[in-house]
Amino acid sequence: MNICDYACGTADHTVNRRLFLGGGAAGLAGFAGMTTPAAARELKSVQKRMLVIFLSGGVSQLETWDPKPNTDTGGPFRAIPTSVPGIHMSELLPEAAKRMHLLTLVRGINTKEDEHGRGATIMLTGRRTEPGLVYPHVGAVAAKLLTDKDAELPGHIQITPRGGGGFNKEDAAFLGPKFASVTLGDGKPPADLLRPATLTTDAEREAFRRKLNDRFAKSRRSAQTEAYTESYEQAAKVVARADAFDASREDPKAADRYGRHDFGRHMLLARRLLEQGVTFVKVSHTNYDTHHENFDFHIEQLGEFDRPFAMLLDDLKERGMLESTLVVVMSEFGRTPRINDRYGRDHWSKAWSVAMAGCGLKAGAAVGKTNANGTAVTDREVNGGHLFHTYFRALGMDPTKNFYPAGRPVPIADPKAAAIHEILA
Amino acid sequence: MVIDITKTRVLMDLKHGRPLVGCRFDSSGRYLFASSEDDFIVRFDLLTREKVTLAGHSSWVRGMAFVAKPTLVPAASIPSLAILGGLGATRKPTPFVLLSGDYHGNLLWWRGEEDQPKPFRTVAAHAGWIRAVAVSPDRAAVATCGNDQLVKLWSAADGRPLATLEGHTSHVYNLAFHPSGTRLVSADLKGNIKDWDLATGKLVRELDAKVFHKYDSGFGADIGGIRGIAFNAAGTQLACIGITNVSNAFAGVGNPLVVLFDLADGKPKLLKPKDAFQGTGWGVNFLPDGTVVGAGGGGQGRIWFWNPADAANTHTVTVPTNARDMALHPDGSTLAIAGANGNCLIYSMNQAPAVPPKK
Repeated sequence: MNICDYACGTADHTVNRRLFLGGGAAGLAGFAGMTTPAAARELKSVQKRMLVIFLSGGVSQLETWDPKPNTDTGGPFRAIPTSVPGIHMSELLPEAAKRMHLLTLVRGINTKEDEHGRGATIMLTGRRTEPGLVYPHVGAVAAKLLTDKDAELPGHIQITPRGGGGFNKEDAAFLGPKFASVTLGDGKPPADLLRPATLTTDAEREAFRRKLNDRFAKSRRSAQTEAYTESYEQAAKVVARADAFDASREDPKAADRYGRHDFGRHMLLARRLLEQGVTFVKVSHTNYDTHHENFDFHIEQLGEFDRPFAMLLDDLKERGMLESTLVVVMSEFGRTPRINDRYGRDHWSKAWSVAMAGCGLKAGAAVGKTNANGTAVTDREVNGGHLFHTYFRALGMDPTKNFYPAGRPVPIADPKAAAIHEILA
Repeated sequence: MVIDITKTRVLMDLKHGRPLVGCRFDSSGRYLFASSEDDFIVRFDLLTREKVTLAGHSSWVRGMAFVAKPTLVPAASIPSLAILGGLGATRKPTPFVLLSGDYHGNLLWWRGEEDQPKPFRTVAAHAGWIRAVAVSPDRAAVATCGNDQLVKLWSAADGRPLATLEGHTSHVYNLAFHPSGTRLVSADLKGNIKDWDLATGKLVRELDAKVFHKYDSGFGADIGGIRGIAFNAAGTQLACIGITNVSNAFAGVGNPLVVLFDLADGKPKLLKPKDAFQGTGWGVNFLPDGTVVGAGGGGQGRIWFWNPADAANTHTVTVPTNARDMALHPDGSTLAIAGANGNCLIYSMNQAPAVPPKK
């Protein structure tokens, strides 16, 4: 039996979205329920979403979520009380501190990887870099598991600090390009989003395109041609929803609240995209790689981060979206407790923190502890795998289930780890 | 006393054990005060080598200045100078007040000569860091500046606020009183130097030291600031030190630089190290003969000497640690470095004593 209807005739493409969502393969029972109309309706009515705010370069846990004032590593800043008695944050996050009752802190992270690229891989895929297999990023997994098949907008979008947009097929790995991210460089819409005035939407021309496409597919259909077709169709839907990418349509008062700077604009765009139904949005804020003058630079960077972050939490809460949106603030790693001779902090993955909020989490909680000067985890040590499990548990998914690239079972999250159950609602 | 900068050598190595942030000699020259990352100020007695820890701040201290109390010490009782290893210092403690400003915005008053000084006044002076403290030549006013972009003047006697000078649009890194006492300059992150008339509180003019500032678009952050500032004794020149040519802000890749302003016409002159040293200049001053001396560090430290006439870097001394601050002793021939390694190094620039002939 030819199990593949692609032109190549191999088994390499036998696991696709249809199969994954309930095609009868053993072990997929956890997802089969999603294919029932009732479940689909429910999913649509309470669509789960995820927002990752990636503080590029490695934000200092000591200047954010796990301050150690008046110790040999603490630096010059105060720890301030938050809206949750007993939990303190750095004074550099006054607005976030007022919203600790919405947040969940994980303070015992040890990812054992101090290199930027590999650290990012751990945090975005939940696994260490492995030879021979590339794992999909959290955004691709979220898009695959949570995006309605009829969604008009891409399920996986990232907003980067600088210009240059594009399509990043690598970050979806074996899930396929449909779930890869679209980059909005500096929050600008995808290139060529708007149809040039010289082109018509002539139905006859579209019918002719479909006819040629179908004829080609009959003899030369492949995963690649299917991806092209899907991309084209997706692009047509996106063009019809071009306004979703235009943050300038937001109330100017909202822009004032978020801050009239790039990161404020990017966070407002993130809110808009989530509201428009995009499943996963990642906003990067650069840069925190402060080997030199860590304290001056954290004043500047966190001064830019704090307010838009707080405003977005407020808005999600006010709109009733926080219950269905998981928010995660992460980096590649943290920074060394030891202050170097240039007032810098270097890379440190052995004891650092992530902040989360929203969907499926216990709000106002902090799990994990580090020692008095923050050099080591002393309680509830977790790694990127634990976090990855936690994200999808919080989003209502079972991360112990498998994907089946090339027919081989690959667990959604690292089977050596498990969710941080203490913080799951 | 003859100064020969080529004979600059370590006179003392005073150990604290925690990385130092700043250092200043008191007006009598007997004590060296060094601030540290442990939130303490340490007083080194250069005569007795006694070390006293001053506890009162809860954050780092960068700004320190002194108000001597000449009325409490009649001229006739001013002690004679003692000579210790070429260092001039008074033998009997002379009462004086130490003012110190920290990164929580608190300005503290101490009786600096007491056996165990304790703060006797605390003023919440700024929102955020105090980056510099200076005392007016007549000792009546104290000036502070900080991250709230403000310059403030206080009564040295009782801590009353006297004036607030607004106009900077970034963190104010440094300030200095003109020797005449009529003007004050303040300098910020972006290299803007403001020259204030103290009688009116008005801005008189601005000097451009933007060569010290860069917005590093790769990292999305500003780097710069005037890290050290000093007038010459005649009040005709102003020297500022910092970092320039920054190619990587977050690794500190750039070069130290002194900008020397001629105050008559406001024109700057750039004083550069002769070697391709990478790092930040943290302290600058003038020797009695007008020589400009600066210190700073990157991986290690340097002390540079420049001839202000031709901007030539006439001599350089390697310091075995990042020099985070520099102080000039009142005798004009001795300086101190606050080291990132936790040590204060005291250097003498006196001409080396002649070696007595062997009998």
